Amino acid sequence: MSSSQIIELESKKPLLIDPDRPIYLDYQATTPVDPQVLEQMLPYLTHDFGNAASRSHAYGWTAEKAVDKARQQVADAIHADPREIVWTSGATESTNLALKGAAHFYSGKGKHIITLRTEHKATLDTCRQLEREGFEVTYLEVQEDGLVDLKAFEAAIRPDTIIASVLFVNNEIGVIQPMAEIGRILRAHKVLFHVDAAQALGKVPVDVEAIQADMMSLSGHKMYGPKGIGALYVRRKPRVRVEAQVHGGGHERGMRSGTLPTHQIVGMGAAAELAVQLMDSDARRIGKLRDRLLKGIQDRVEETYINGSMEHRVPHNLNISFAFVEGESLIMALKEIAVSSGSACTSASLEPSYVLRALGKSDELAHSSIRFGIGRFTTEAEIDATIELIAGKVGKLRELSPLWEMHLEGIDLNSIQWAAH
Amino acid sequence: MAYSEKVIDHYENPRNVGAMDKDDSGVGTGMVGAPACGDVMRLQIKVNAQGIIEDAKFKTYGCGSAIASSSLVTEWVKGKTLDEAMTIKNSHIAEELELPPVKIHCSVLAEDAIKAAVEDYRSKQGAAQVSQGGETLSAQVAH
Ligand SMILES: Cc1ncc(COP(=O)(O)O)c(C=O)c1O
Repeated sequence: MSSSQIIELESKKPLLIDPDRPIYLDYQATTPVDPQVLEQMLPYLTHDFGNAASRSHAYGWTAEKAVDKARQQVADAIHADPREIVWTSGATESTNLALKGAAHFYSGKGKHIITLRTEHKATLDTCRQLEREGFEVTYLEVQEDGLVDLKAFEAAIRPDTIIASVLFVNNEIGVIQPMAEIGRILRAHKVLFHVDAAQALGKVPVDVEAIQADMMSLSGHKMYGPKGIGALYVRRKPRVRVEAQVHGGGHERGMRSGTLPTHQIVGMGAAAELAVQLMDSDARRIGKLRDRLLKGIQDRVEETYINGSMEHRVPHNLNISFAFVEGESLIMALKEIAVSSGSACTSASLEPSYVLRALGKSDELAHSSIRFGIGRFTTEAEIDATIELIAGKVGKLRELSPLWEMHLEGIDLNSIQWAAH
Repeated sequence: MAYSEKVIDHYENPRNVGAMDKDDSGVGTGMVGAPACGDVMRLQIKVNAQGIIEDAKFKTYGCGSAIASSSLVTEWVKGKTLDEAMTIKNSHIAEELELPPVKIHCSVLAEDAIKAAVEDYRSKQGAAQVSQGGETLSAQVAH
């Protein structure tokens, strides 16, 4: 680390304002470690480097104390007991442990699992694996606004349903599912409720009692903590059991073995506490920026479509489709801003976002969507620059677009027989 | 995705963007691809009395590689006869633009656009000949 970077950290300036880099609007992909969080982590890499499992000397005790404090911080953030927190490497591992662990443990009771089509891949791919092992999974449709239909949800429950897994806040479109209602339904049917709250903590109140969650996946790097650390909440009363997926040493009460990464854990704990402290002020400020961005775009660009409910949505996310321009070229045109596209063109598959497809969006609109993730260090100047860029570049691409020309001529694109290729 | 410099150059400075009158009998229009697949190319050629493509225009909805592929072929077809234009292969386009494997379909689409534009021009010419009298049609096709 160069000395100038250290000075920046010490003065606690946001680390992102850097004219040579694109404006960062991808806070749902990841967040920078908050300087206040980093400060707390650093001693545990050097001076306080002990192994929390070392019971016989002060090095171990210091690490254990730090881990206990962080466990309390994470538990407090979600209204849980510290004994209900299992450290993992991230929300992906937490979700694997929750779904595989509980499915294996309770497979004698039934083999059916319910989830949504718009879940994160951590859930969907784990469910696919469970299907290969002989479990049956229902991938429920969502409504046009991205929200689950509670009647359909309840109707999907069968006598052999053992687990349901629902994403609290969607990572692509930011919609908030009705978690308390879902929790009530599942508890009434004695179905275990796993919640992926990776995108929720710090953005909306998260309370495992209020929503009657039995398991909950959390991630450090989505809330200004470090990457490579996460947690799984596993309810004690009534007791929920998961079978370990990682063996060796019996750490975390046997649920997840491996030496605890003290600095990462300290970072996750500090980040969770800060996330709850700053939730309201962050949401107010970020909400204003989001409204400014939305209005700026809508005032300057025609034919834009918002993806997902605006009402049941975190202010940190805006997902918009720009009709008649293609997503990847838009991303290329917007190289001065770091955003994500619903177009998966960059990968080998040419399939557009499955989340937007699940909302019933046409492939074209799914391809041309941009996810703006606004965060703690976003400034008004960055939002204004983004509006300028979007207006200019979308205009330029539409001049290049035969579809835009046809639209201006009043031709209905759906009336055309396109050759498949 | 990392793009080659040539793709970025065509993308940022696309050549020959625009539209021609598609009802003009000297203009051939080829539109290929589909919005659902993420790319639609429209290539138009203007053919002179000697059968030489004297101008070309394009508009493309698609990724950077699709835009670059169509921009490139407007440069390449100009000054060529229709038969010469028909010899342009997607592999030439992909090679020139250094397209990665996942973007080869963009060059395929550009080749298809040339073929479609030439076919459109030829069928218009054929139709014009038919409406002028059937005898000249075979001569037209033969040459
Ligand atoms: C909703 C959601 N769940 C799970 C994950 C995976 O989290 P991690 O990167 O901590 O494994 C992410 C992040 O991509 C996410 O957004």
